[in-house]
Amino acid sequence: MSKLLIMCLEFFKTGLFAVGGGLATLPFLAQIQQKYQWFTAEELANMIAVSESTPGPIGVNMATYVGFTSLGVVGGILATLSLVLPSLIVIMAIARALDKYRENKWIQGMFSFMRPAVTGLIAAAAFSVIRVALFRKADSLLASVDWIAVALFAVLLVLTQVKRLKKIHPAAYIGVGAVIGVILSM
Amino acid sequence: MQILWTLYRAFFMIGALTFGGGYAMLPMLEREIVAKHKWATQEEILDYFAIGQCTPGIIAVNTATFVGYKQKGIIGGIVATLGVVSPSIVIIMVIAAVLTNFMDVVWVQHAFAGIRVAVCALIVASVIKLAKSNVKAWWHIALAVAAFVLVGLCGFSPVYIVVGCALASVVLGRRCEKHE
Repeated sequence: MSKLLIMCLEFFKTGLFAVGGGLATLPFLAQIQQKYQWFTAEELANMIAVSESTPGPIGVNMATYVGFTSLGVVGGILATLSLVLPSLIVIMAIARALDKYRENKWIQGMFSFMRPAVTGLIAAAAFSVIRVALFRKADSLLASVDWIAVALFAVLLVLTQVKRLKKIHPAAYIGVGAVIGVILSM
Repeated sequence: MQILWTLYRAFFMIGALTFGGGYAMLPMLEREIVAKHKWATQEEILDYFAIGQCTPGIIAVNTATFVGYKQKGIIGGIVATLGVVSPSIVIIMVIAAVLTNFMDVVWVQHAFAGIRVAVCALIVASVIKLAKSNVKAWWHIALAVAAFVLVGLCGFSPVYIVVGCALASVVLGRRCEKHE
């Protein structure tokens, strides 16, 4: 089997079994690294850093990065497509079933339980981002607070709550964050 | 044809402007999908997230497939999914090819530190909005707090929360509806 085909199969497998998104693909990528040695463990660490801080879903970024490093442009594109293919098939099957059963009482009951819980899950995700963005490594809790970041966070959050500013695109906030980060050397 | 192009463009935007993946794309989804194009309601987005949590694949990709499929069937699902992954393919390959030490550039680090803070503010704003419309009864609050504590503080996998809620709805569904 050619290297390209093996890689597509490995990424298809990753897409099929990595449940939950984000860094769920990581254990599979580490396994690919050990099994085939297409890239080093150190390169993998760099890929994580870049994937986490560039736009786009982390799992997709990782697949493109690994594919490109191993097999160039074609590798990058095919690895990414192989990764998303399983979920494309599964989700379309579910979407179809959901169309049929959306009015079903049991299904509606299930979603009425899940929505508040997912709100909690998103709050947990927010909490984990806050821990990285507003705190530094330090001995005590008080010393670990990055006050400049906290101040910027507070100002931006207040702005999102102002009625007249609701129309501002989220991208504008990200742009402001980047510019202020560079100006203040955050 | 027109709708396919609009789908691709909208999800390309979302892919290009989501930093951190997963739930971090919620503010973008609210803006592009719920407010601007009205392809899905806020509740539907939450449903997609819940399903995405316990199905294979990346949540951002799953959500794109869902919305695309709902608009234009199989071809819509494929186009929306390609839209959300296209920016990654381009950006990552450029970085991998040109800047091997991209993250070592000082001003890039500063910019990303600022971006992370902005992402925090946006997600918290989304959580406030979601809580206002989805957490109304006492048992909603209990569910949301339990999910936050178990996943955010105790490190449980979100899969258990979603599956647990589905099971709980079967057992407790009736009793809770009376309290709404």
